[in-house]
Amino acid sequence: MKPAPFRYADPGSLEEALEVLSAEEGAKVLAGGQSLLPLLSMRLAAPATLVDINRVPGLDTVEATGDGVRVGALVRHNSLLGGHPQAMAAARVQPLLARATANVAHPAIRNRGTTVGSIAHADPSGEMTSVLALTDGSVTVATPSGMETVGWRDLFVGPLETSLSGPAVVTSAFFPALPDRSGAAFAEVARRKGDYAVCGAGVVVTLDEDRRVTAVRASYVSVGLTPEAHDLTDAVGGRSVEKADWAAAGALARTLVDPDGDLHASADYRRLLVGVLTERTLASAAVEAAERTPA
Amino acid sequence: MTVSVDTERTIRLTVNGVPREATVPVRRLLSDALRHDLGLTGTHVGCEHGVCGACTVLVDGAPVRSCLLLAVQVDGAEVRTVEGLARDDGRGGQVLHPVQEAFRECHALQCGFCTPGFLVTIAAGLEGREASAELTDEEIDEMVGGNLCRCTGYASIEKAVRHAAATMRDVQ
Repeated sequence: MKPAPFRYADPGSLEEALEVLSAEEGAKVLAGGQSLLPLLSMRLAAPATLVDINRVPGLDTVEATGDGVRVGALVRHNSLLGGHPQAMAAARVQPLLARATANVAHPAIRNRGTTVGSIAHADPSGEMTSVLALTDGSVTVATPSGMETVGWRDLFVGPLETSLSGPAVVTSAFFPALPDRSGAAFAEVARRKGDYAVCGAGVVVTLDEDRRVTAVRASYVSVGLTPEAHDLTDAVGGRSVEKADWAAAGALARTLVDPDGDLHASADYRRLLVGVLTERTLASAAVEAAERTPA
Repeated sequence: MTVSVDTERTIRLTVNGVPREATVPVRRLLSDALRHDLGLTGTHVGCEHGVCGACTVLVDGAPVRSCLLLAVQVDGAEVRTVEGLARDDGRGGQVLHPVQEAFRECHALQCGFCTPGFLVTIAAGLEGREASAELTDEEIDEMVGGNLCRCTGYASIEKAVRHAAATMRDVQ
């Protein structure tokens, strides 16, 4: 057997889950397991106890309101792509969710993996960590002393590391709505579609009533140790959406990021991709922003 | 504490329509449980970390990587493996699934190691869609893109997907 020995519990409620997490030293929460199981099999992680939350009721909800989209801890990636009754509503409120999720792994993995799990996993190569940063989102965490809300900046500490400690279950993630007169886009470069991205980019462009660019925000995948949100407004702010120089925004982005090199891509190549993907996604997001801004 | 914390569990599940039971260590992966505890060696184990797709099986109808699930997590579930694709012909023999038939017809396998994962994934993909709808190249890419084959170069596999889709459309 590949994983090191562990103990296993599958509590039927959040209270019970917290009870086991409190009682068992070195316990880890298991939701979709699509990132955790490989870590166990490679023995990069060897928790003493796994607390499987799949039987906990009420965690598979998607709530889409004018403020944003709240995704429960047991919502599978594929649910956000159409499986869930609220998937369409969620895509209208915050289109980045579905657009980024379409790039998450392969369909068989998306059937099992969860949006919230990939955020709790805090992998800087993850799409959903990047979208949480881009949309200025947060997570809700259940602890023995009650529910807490943790913003993305406070959540991500390092690669595969969050600020959560002690008994805690991330019960949902909240993605604020796409603002008015805004457009969004997401794109990746990967060796094989569904593999970890060599580089990915998500952007939001916001216009004023005269269709001038007022805000440009971007975040990247597989760039840096933790998800970051970058403000690119300086490069194109004040320009009319038709005349904005998106290449200039891409050039600015390249100066703001600090990618690492690895087997698949050098740091320089990643930096190049940041520029290319920024320009490409901004051009696409600008079209959407213009459509959502009456002339 | 009211919640039981175990190192071993007895699971009951339905595999290819047959009720099965096994007592497994909680760290047993579903892929290993199918092969070692239930004797169903049709499911192949390749990379064992979710990349290759060889171990793909259907859990409650949806393709999943059996190496990325614990056996205890499918307690009560319905599992379908490559052994469950062919159906009885009513005369003591079996009829291949249209996808299996298409793989043979189109030479969509060489060494055959990755084949169970492809067959299960494609069978679920084709059974889960409207048979009369046109099958696009993008749809096929999305269907087989998560499975690695190092022999065929995919051209004959994609041909087999089209072949199987046509058969399933005609049958309908």
